[in-house]
Amino acid sequence: MSETHAATAPRDLILERPRRLSWPRLALPPQLRRFLSPLAIVLLWQAASMAGLISPRTLAAPSTVLASAWELTLSGELPAHLLVSLGRVGAGLAIGLSAGVALALVAGLSRRGEEVVDAPMQMLRTLPFLALVPLFILWFGIGETPKIALVALGATFPVYLTLFAGIRGVEPKLVEAGQVFGLDRRGLVRHVVLPAALPSALVGLRYALGSAWLSLVIAEQINASSGIGFLINDAREFLRTDIIVVGLLVYALLGLGADALVRLVERRALAWRPSLIKG
Amino acid sequence: MTDRTLRVRHLTRRFGTNTVLDNLSLELEPGSFTALLGRSGSGKSTLLRTLAGLDAAPAEAQLDLPRPVAVAFQEPRLLPWKKVWQNVVIGLDGRGLRDRAEAALQEVGLGRHLDAWPATLSGGEAQRTALARALVREPRLLLLDEPFAALDALTRIRMHALVLELWRHHRPTTLIVTHDVDEAVLLADRVLVLDGGRIAADVAVGLPRPRRHADPVFSALRRQLLGALGVELEEAA
Repeated sequence: MSETHAATAPRDLILERPRRLSWPRLALPPQLRRFLSPLAIVLLWQAASMAGLISPRTLAAPSTVLASAWELTLSGELPAHLLVSLGRVGAGLAIGLSAGVALALVAGLSRRGEEVVDAPMQMLRTLPFLALVPLFILWFGIGETPKIALVALGATFPVYLTLFAGIRGVEPKLVEAGQVFGLDRRGLVRHVVLPAALPSALVGLRYALGSAWLSLVIAEQINASSGIGFLINDAREFLRTDIIVVGLLVYALLGLGADALVRLVERRALAWRPSLIKG
Repeated sequence: MTDRTLRVRHLTRRFGTNTVLDNLSLELEPGSFTALLGRSGSGKSTLLRTLAGLDAAPAEAQLDLPRPVAVAFQEPRLLPWKKVWQNVVIGLDGRGLRDRAEAALQEVGLGRHLDAWPATLSGGEAQRTALARALVREPRLLLLDEPFAALDALTRIRMHALVLELWRHHRPTTLIVTHDVDEAVLLADRVLVLDGGRIAADVAVGLPRPRRHADPVFSALRRQLLGALGVELEEAA
């Protein structure tokens, strides 16, 4: 057995080489190993900052960023701005998601609704909505309204498009079965059409959240006097790259948190899907 | 319980210039088991869809059907987002739905799959769930649209036995659409051959159950029906 093995697999190629070149064996689970290279980059960044290769005006050292984050948190400045930003996103999302769902239901569930709603929606969605900022400032001034409106607009289209497509993509054979077994129109919508459209709509929700963050970042660059965007802009005036990075980190964490939330919703609402049953 | 004879008269259906059903008339005895054979495009699915109420019947046609009607399709057509028991009682309301679903599922041998998701069922199990969904409505007319065509041979044999058992127990007027002559002779008391939108042959199957393929009467019926379908068999030497 061992002889034939040695004959078919040359020892020096297959058995020896990996040993010579192998990485230092780390007793780390694979999930944690993924974080090694980002950690290395941060360490390198720290080292370069300390060696004076990166000036604090270009980019503050990670240690400075952490210290600033801690300071801003303790002083209550960061939580206050975060709350303002979350409020804007929350209000904008509530409006945008409601509008997107309502429009998709009207267009998806009736022929006439589609004729009225879908054409203008398809036209508007080709417009980069962030280009509407100047118009929004003229319409709504520079207070909270244009910021919330921009977030709402960014969230409306993804939800509209995916829910509409989901409703129209429902398997006709399932609708037919529902009819045969006594579901009326309302029953069909509730038990067949909407559940069938849900996976698609949840993808839309994830896009909407991403779009909402992006809108928030842009909106908070316009004459804001509070919020994470204001914190970043204000820091720019004083060349505080550490605070800018703190702001960016907060944006990133908010985005990650929102994504995790949608995943959680998906796991619960789409428990029937084969991929989730086994997972 | 009103046991009615199924009566269809003057049923004509055209799609464009193509006449699918041509002034068709049909009567089925209450509680009888009938098979409807036909080649593809013979109109058998159209007839079944009309009886199921999925296609509206033309005004001049007379349809007198036992009710309620229940259908089992070629595919199980279960709603993947509803548990097995919820699929069984879809469209029903009232109390004790879960118990009714459980009773029906036990009858088809799936009493332990009440809370399973349809995606976890095998093809045979899914089709048995579809049968339970039809049965739970206590139909007086049971329409089966090639319900076993997509199943493997072994599962199909078990499903044949199950359908006969359920039919014996509940006695709905049963009409099975199939293109499988053996299946028709095995299950039904009467076999209709549909050709060109008309009933081209109406054959009574007098054999006692369970039926055996090796039975000479079975073979003769089979040959006769294949002949009506335009398939000539070579004589075995």
